[in-house]
Amino acid sequence: MSSEWEVVIGLEIHVQLSTISKIFSGSSATFGAEPNTQASALDLALPGVLPVVNEAVYPKAIAFGLGIGANIGTRSCFDRKNYFYPDLPKGYQITQMDEPIVLGGEVEISLADGTTKTIRVTRAHLEEDAGKSLHEDFHGMTGIDLNRAGTPLLEIVSEPDMRSAEEAVSYAKTIHQLVTYLSVSDGDMSQGSLRCDANVSLRRKGADAYGTRTETKNVNSFRFLEAAINYEIVRQTDVLDSGGKITQETRLYDPDKDETRPMRSKETATDYRYFPEPDLLPVIIDDAFIAKVRDSMPELPAQKRARFHMEMGLTDEDSRVLSSELGLATYFESCVSICGDPVIAANWVKGDLLGGLNRDNIDISHSPVTAQAMAEIIIRIQDGTISGKIAKNVFNAVWEGKTDSVDDYIQSEGLVQVSDSQELEPIVDRIITDNPKQAAQFRSGKTKILGFFVGQVMKETAGKANPKQVNDLFISKLTD
Amino acid sequence: MINRSLSQQLDDLDKGEYSSVELTQTYLDRIENQQSLNAFVSISTDVLEKAKQADQLRAAGERKPLLGIPLAHKDIFCEAGVRTTAGSKMLNNFISPYDSTVVSLLRNAGALSLGKTNMDEFAMGSSNESSYFGAVKNPWQVDRVPGGSSGGSAAAVAARLCAAATGTDTGGSIRQPAAFCGITGIKPTYGRVSRWGMIAYASSLDQAGPLATTAEDCALLLSAMAGPDEKDSTSSAVQVEDYSKSLSQDLTGKKIGVCVEYMQGLDAEMSRVIEEAIDVLTRLGAEFMDISLPTSPMAIPAYYIIAPAECSANLSRYDGVRFGYRCENPENLEDLYKRSRSESFGQEVKSRIMVGAFALSAGYYDAYYKKAQQIRRLIKNDFLEAFKSVDAILGPTTPGPAFRIGANTDEPQAMYLQDIYTISANLAGLPAISLPAGFIEGLPAGIQLIGNYFDEATLLNLGHQFQAQTEWHKQAPELST
Amino acid sequence: MDVTEEVVRNIAELVQLKVDDADIQQLAEGMQNILALADQMQAIDTEGLEPVSNPLDASQKLRPDAVTEENQRELFQSLAPASESGLYLVPRVVE
Repeated sequence: MSSEWEVVIGLEIHVQLSTISKIFSGSSATFGAEPNTQASALDLALPGVLPVVNEAVYPKAIAFGLGIGANIGTRSCFDRKNYFYPDLPKGYQITQMDEPIVLGGEVEISLADGTTKTIRVTRAHLEEDAGKSLHEDFHGMTGIDLNRAGTPLLEIVSEPDMRSAEEAVSYAKTIHQLVTYLSVSDGDMSQGSLRCDANVSLRRKGADAYGTRTETKNVNSFRFLEAAINYEIVRQTDVLDSGGKITQETRLYDPDKDETRPMRSKETATDYRYFPEPDLLPVIIDDAFIAKVRDSMPELPAQKRARFHMEMGLTDEDSRVLSSELGLATYFESCVSICGDPVIAANWVKGDLLGGLNRDNIDISHSPVTAQAMAEIIIRIQDGTISGKIAKNVFNAVWEGKTDSVDDYIQSEGLVQVSDSQELEPIVDRIITDNPKQAAQFRSGKTKILGFFVGQVMKETAGKANPKQVNDLFISKLTD
Repeated sequence: MINRSLSQQLDDLDKGEYSSVELTQTYLDRIENQQSLNAFVSISTDVLEKAKQADQLRAAGERKPLLGIPLAHKDIFCEAGVRTTAGSKMLNNFISPYDSTVVSLLRNAGALSLGKTNMDEFAMGSSNESSYFGAVKNPWQVDRVPGGSSGGSAAAVAARLCAAATGTDTGGSIRQPAAFCGITGIKPTYGRVSRWGMIAYASSLDQAGPLATTAEDCALLLSAMAGPDEKDSTSSAVQVEDYSKSLSQDLTGKKIGVCVEYMQGLDAEMSRVIEEAIDVLTRLGAEFMDISLPTSPMAIPAYYIIAPAECSANLSRYDGVRFGYRCENPENLEDLYKRSRSESFGQEVKSRIMVGAFALSAGYYDAYYKKAQQIRRLIKNDFLEAFKSVDAILGPTTPGPAFRIGANTDEPQAMYLQDIYTISANLAGLPAISLPAGFIEGLPAGIQLIGNYFDEATLLNLGHQFQAQTEWHKQAPELST
Repeated sequence: MDVTEEVVRNIAELVQLKVDDADIQQLAEGMQNILALADQMQAIDTEGLEPVSNPLDASQKLRPDAVTEENQRELFQSLAPASESGLYLVPRVVE
C-alpha cells in the first residue's frame, strides 16, 4: 500500500479466565455443557439476586498486570454498563470502568523482519461474559443459552500503537502466549477463550489526529484477525481515496465471504450510562497480596527464551521455538532435567517430537512420547547403549504405542549397540579382508572410503555396531 | 387473641391458651372478612398445615423464637413456590423458584407465612396507590391511604390481620406507612438485613425490616431477620445483638437531638405530637438538645435522582425473555422488549425509570447522579457530626397524617415531600424507627427516631420505654364488617 | 433543564419503553418536575467530595472459587414465556 494513508490499529482482547466458577456466581464456568445447565438464578437475573465476587480472578488479573509491567489497582471497583440484548440477562453488564484492576503496561512484539516493537497497554479490567445466541432457526426465533453468561473475562485494551495487520497479529499472539504461560487462561481460541476486537482507522501520513475508526468485533482466530484487518484497510482506503468518509460503526468479520460488514443491532450506537455497581463494594488489594502473586509467578516467555539461550547454550532460533509455547517449554525442560543435555534434547524435541506432533495433529499435552520417555531415549544414546540411528526406531516404536518402556524395547528387540572391541574386531578384520580393493584405496589416501567400510559393518550388525568405535577400529587397522 | 402483641401471643401459645392453628384460622377469617382493605395479594394455601406442625413441635417441647406465629410478608420477598409479584403486572405470574434470606430466616425461627401483602409497584410510592392490584385502604379511615410502599403490611398489622409483617424501606416505606397506620416499624442500618431475594428497587438504599404493634415485637423480629449473608455483598459482618435484652434499659442520660431543620414549618398539630413525645421521654430521663442537619433540604432532590437511577438499571432485567410478562406476538426483539415492559409497568415505575436513565445519561451524569451522591456524602457527614453529641435524633415521621386516596395523584411534588423526614436516614444508611405517638383529627401520627450505625438497640429501647408510658400503640381501628 | 419531546424519545429508546404520542407530554412533565427538584442541588458546593455509592464505605468480601450451583434448568425454564430444547426463545435476531 503506497498510499498517503497510515494505518492505526488498537486491539481489545477479551480473555476468559480459567477459574472453576463464574466471576459473580457459583455456577461452573466450564465450556461445552448442555444449554442453560450452568445458569443459576443469579446468571438468569431473576428478581432479587445479587452478585458476589470470585476471589480467583484477582491473582490471575494481577499476574497479567505484573507480566506487562503495569500498575495494579489496589482499590478496584465495578460499574454497570447498561444496554439491552438477549444474551445479557440483567440488561447491564458488570464491568470496570473508572477503577480497573490493571493500568498501563507494555508488551514487546517480534516481527518477521527480525525487529521488535513495543506496544503499550492502556488498561486491563475484569468483567462478565455474555451468553450466546443461536441463530439456527427455531421457527423464526433465536435461541439463547446463558451458560456463558457470567464467565470471568479480562479485557485487555491496547493503545492504538499498531500500524499493520502483522503487528496486530503479533501483539495478539504475544498476549495469548503470556496469558497461557501465566495460567490466566487456557487460551483455547476454538472455545472462545480469547477474542479480539480490532479498531482500525486511517490517517494521512504525518498527521497527528486519528481518523474515524471502525470496530470489528469477536474475531477468534489469528488468521481471521489478519484477514479482517486487511479487509478493513483496503475498504477504508477505497472510501477515503474516492473522497468519502468513514462511518464510525461496529462490524463483524465473515470468514466465509472474507469480508467485514456492519453489525445490524442497535447496541452499537448507544449511551451505556455507566455508574458504580451498588451491589458490590470496592475490592482492596494490599501490597502483601501483590507480592505473593509476584513471588509465585512462573517465568515469562521472554525470560525463558533468554535462559535457554544464555544458560543452556541453545541457538537463538531453538530458544525462540522451544519457549514459544508453555506446553512445549515445560516438556523440553522436563526432558532436560532428566537427561541433562539441553542441546541433544533441543534437537530431538524440535525435530522428531514437534515433527510428529504436527504430522499427526496432536497437542503436546497428548504426546505419545512423554518427556520422561524422550529423556530415557537420550540417556541411552549418551551412555552408548544405542546409536542415534537406532534411537529413532525406538522413538517411533514408543510413538506408535508398540511399547511403553524404552529399555524393555531395546532389550527385547536386541537393539543394544555393540561397542565391545572383541566383538567388533573380527568383523572389521573380515570386512577389510573381503574388500581388498577398498582397503587399498583407503591406504592410498581416499579416506572417504571409510564410510563404505563403516556402512558394511552397520549392515552386517543391523545397525547395532557403535559407529564411532567401528570408525576408529577401521582407521587403526587400515593405517597399520 | 388478635389484640395480643406478638410477644404476648408467643407466651399464650406456650401456656396453651390457644393453638397456632386457632390463631392462624382466626387471622385467615379476618383477612377474608376485610378483603375490602385490599391488604393482601395472595393468601398461603398451606399455612394451616404448617400451623398444625408448629403446634406438634411445641407439644414435643421444641422452642424457637417465633414458633407458630403467623406473619405476613411484603410481596417483594421471594418465597419459593409462591407467587411473588412486587405489586406489578410484570410479575403477576412469577412463582419464585427460591427463598429470600428474610423469609428463610423467619421460617427457620418458626414463623408461619400467612400470605403476601400488597405494595406500591416495585416499591415506588408513598401511598400504595400504584399497585397493579389496586390501592390499599387505611383501616383507620378507608378513604385514606395507608402509606407506602409497605402499605399492605402496615394496613394488615393495624387491622389486626396479623401480629406482624415484613416490609422494605428505601425512602421511608416502612416508617411512613407505620406512622399512617398507627403501628411501629423499624428500618435497620443499611447492610443489617440481607437483600438476597428482596426484589431490588434502589440497591444502595433498600433495607428490609419488621412492622408490628410494639417495639418489643420489632426487636424480636429484627433479631431473627438480621445478620450477615454471604450471598449479599452489601450485608454487614457486624455482630447482631439480641435486641430484646436491652429493651428495658433505663433512659437516664440518653441524649436525644431535635433537628431544627425538621421542626421548621411543621404543622401545628404534628408539632403538638412531637412536644408531647418529648415530654414523655424527658420524664423517663432523656436529655434533649437542638442539633442541625444543614443539608436536610437537599435530601429529597438527591433521593429522587439516586433511587430512579439505580432502579432504571435494576428493572432492565424485566424484558419478557426468561420470566414474567411477555407481550403477545412480538414482531421483533425490540417489539418484545418495548411492549412487554410498557404493557406491564405502571406509570410511576415508567416515570422513575425514565428519570433515572436521564440522570445517568451522557452529559448529565455529573450534574445529576454524581452530584446527588456527593450531596449524600454531606448528609452522611451531617449525621456523623450530630452523633458526636447525641444518641438519637427525634422528629416527625411524616408532615401530617394519612391523606385521602387520590389526593396526591396529580400532585407529584406533594407526594415526593411525604418522604421529607424519612429519606435522609436511607441516604446515610442509618437505622430509624417510627412509633405511634398520637392522633390528628382521628388519624394516627408517628414520631421518628434516627440512630447511629448499628445502634438499633438504642432505638428499640427508646421505643419500648416510650410505649411503657403511652397507650398509642395499643389503639386499633374500628373495622367495618 | 428543558425536557423536550426528543429527550423523552431518546431516553425511552435507551430503556426500551414504548412511548405513544399521547404519553409524551405527561412523561416530559413528570421528568421535568423531578429534574427541577434535582436542580436545587446545584446551589450546594460539592467540590472534591467523594461520592457515596455504598452507605457503609465498606469493602468487598471475596468468595472461594468453587461450584456451588447445581443444574436447575427445568425449574427455571418453567418460568419462561418461551423456551425450547433448553434454550430461551426470542424473536429472530439478525446480526
